[in-house]
Amino acid sequence: MLTVEGLRSRYGRIEVLHGIDLQVNSGEIVTVVGANGAGKTTLLRCLSGVQPVSGGTVTFRGDQITTLAAWRRPARGLTQSPEGRQIFTNLSVEENLRLGAYGFADDRVDRDMEDAFQMFPILREKRNLSAGGLSGGQQQMLAMARALMGRPSCLLLDEPSMGLAPIIVSQIFDTVRGLKDLGVTVLLVEQNAFGALKIADRGYVMETGRIIMEGAAETLIADPRIREAYLGI
Amino acid sequence: MSELLQFLFSGVTVGAVYALVALGFTIIYNASDVVNFAQGEFVMLGGMITFAAHAAGLPLPLAAISAIVLTAALGVGMNKLAIEPARGAPVVSLIIITIGASIFIQGAAQIIFGKQIHSYPAFSGDTPIGVAGATILPQSLWVIGGAVAVFIALWLFFTRTLLGRAVLATSNNRLAAQLVGINTNFVMTLSFALSAGIGALAGVLATPITLTAYNVGIAFALKGFAGAMLGGMGNPKGALVGGFAIGLIEALTAGYLSSTYKDAAAFVVILAVLFFMPQGLFGRKSTDRV
Ligand SMILES: Nc1ncnc2c1ncn2[C@@H]1O[C@H](COP(=O)(O)OP(=O)(O)OP(=O)(O)O)[C@@H](O)[C@H]1O
Ligand SMILES: [Mg+2]
Repeated sequence: MLTVEGLRSRYGRIEVLHGIDLQVNSGEIVTVVGANGAGKTTLLRCLSGVQPVSGGTVTFRGDQITTLAAWRRPARGLTQSPEGRQIFTNLSVEENLRLGAYGFADDRVDRDMEDAFQMFPILREKRNLSAGGLSGGQQQMLAMARALMGRPSCLLLDEPSMGLAPIIVSQIFDTVRGLKDLGVTVLLVEQNAFGALKIADRGYVMETGRIIMEGAAETLIADPRIREAYLGI
Repeated sequence: MSELLQFLFSGVTVGAVYALVALGFTIIYNASDVVNFAQGEFVMLGGMITFAAHAAGLPLPLAAISAIVLTAALGVGMNKLAIEPARGAPVVSLIIITIGASIFIQGAAQIIFGKQIHSYPAFSGDTPIGVAGATILPQSLWVIGGAVAVFIALWLFFTRTLLGRAVLATSNNRLAAQLVGINTNFVMTLSFALSAGIGALAGVLATPITLTAYNVGIAFALKGFAGAMLGGMGNPKGALVGGFAIGLIEALTAGYLSSTYKDAAAFVVILAVLFFMPQGLFGRKSTDRV
């Protein structure tokens, strides 16, 4: 579904991705774990087209999209729930969701919104309120729901657990796990390596702009080096 | 009493022009956080191009439409040539660019249209309409009606259409807007076109009353800006109310104090707003939690 080859990216003159190779197959949950500053967010920004790529290619569902304008990507089936949620704080919850389906104007928009409310009932309760007033966990749910409104075949998720209480985190991870049954392929980026690897099929470990390890999620979880460096066990 | 009414009429008339300018500020500000100081030049161009096209033999309605369309196109050009290439620069730099654009447009207008004062006939004649001892010009009704119509159209656009919400979304969070598939460059282009078109409309409607010249833009920009600030930058309702308020303050100052002080009124308002109510009358309450 998604193939990344030799991807490089820089902020000004400082290169922060030094040639990333990564593959996400249809129906998989793939996670990229790594410490603070490893380049995970930069990778997802490149995949969504909001960050310039200085080398390598991104192929999505058979098409080269390396330099495709960011705003054209959701229509191709690639949406993102970004780091820090980035919801539209001065619009209502419902308006946020409607904008998630910006490219669409058919009946399915209403049905998808109904599904989103089913998935996150709290959003239905708050649908007419300003999104800026939601709690952190609710904002995260809104960001994910908004990305799902774009009918992704592949959803990019950047640190959905960041800054949330443990009970909310496990709820969010359960939801991500559930997306698999809905046929959505997921690329999940996390500092919370343990939580991410537990729900993922495969994982990549990233360190200072490089992939240093990859494999089945259960293999990575069992690896002593990973356990020491990222799982704190 | 009829004297007061007379001042109110003239205040509402200029106020409507300021309201249109303030609405123009609001649109670009909402899409980009930029205060576009070339907004007044759009007003000047609206009047000037209508005059020139009319003098060249075009019927007045056609001349007016071509002025609005040409000015909107110029707004788009300004965005493409001056604002878009500087994207990523601090907002202050972008504002300075708009001041540069304003000076450039003014200079070009001086060369193209000359230094004379121009005008053209009022749309519905010059016979004043008497109301309770005071009089109002038919053209005043055109100006007031124009401001109200533009406000209603904008309000519907921002609250009832997906594209309108996309503009609001772009101003609120440009990154997120791109991530949901909004072409943010197009939103900027659209904002400049709308804003310039509305500015030109103000000039088209007002010129038979206020007359026009290459250098009238700055005064419109400053007073429209004062109106937008008073109402709360970025709020269309605030722009409308603020624009009318500045017009009324100005007319009452001129009427009861001295017309020498009328221009100072707008500046006093700007300063007072900055000191006492930086959010303006309808300023956004900050509901952002993060
Ligand atoms: N806007 C920016 N300008 C300059 N450098 C940046 C910028 N954003 C990130 N960086 C640098 O790029 C590197 C990768 O950052 P990135 O945000 O992609 O890491 P991350 O893996 O997502 O980290 P975290 O887990 O904290 O979210 C870091 O060294 C960071 O300092
Ligand atoms: Mg990150």
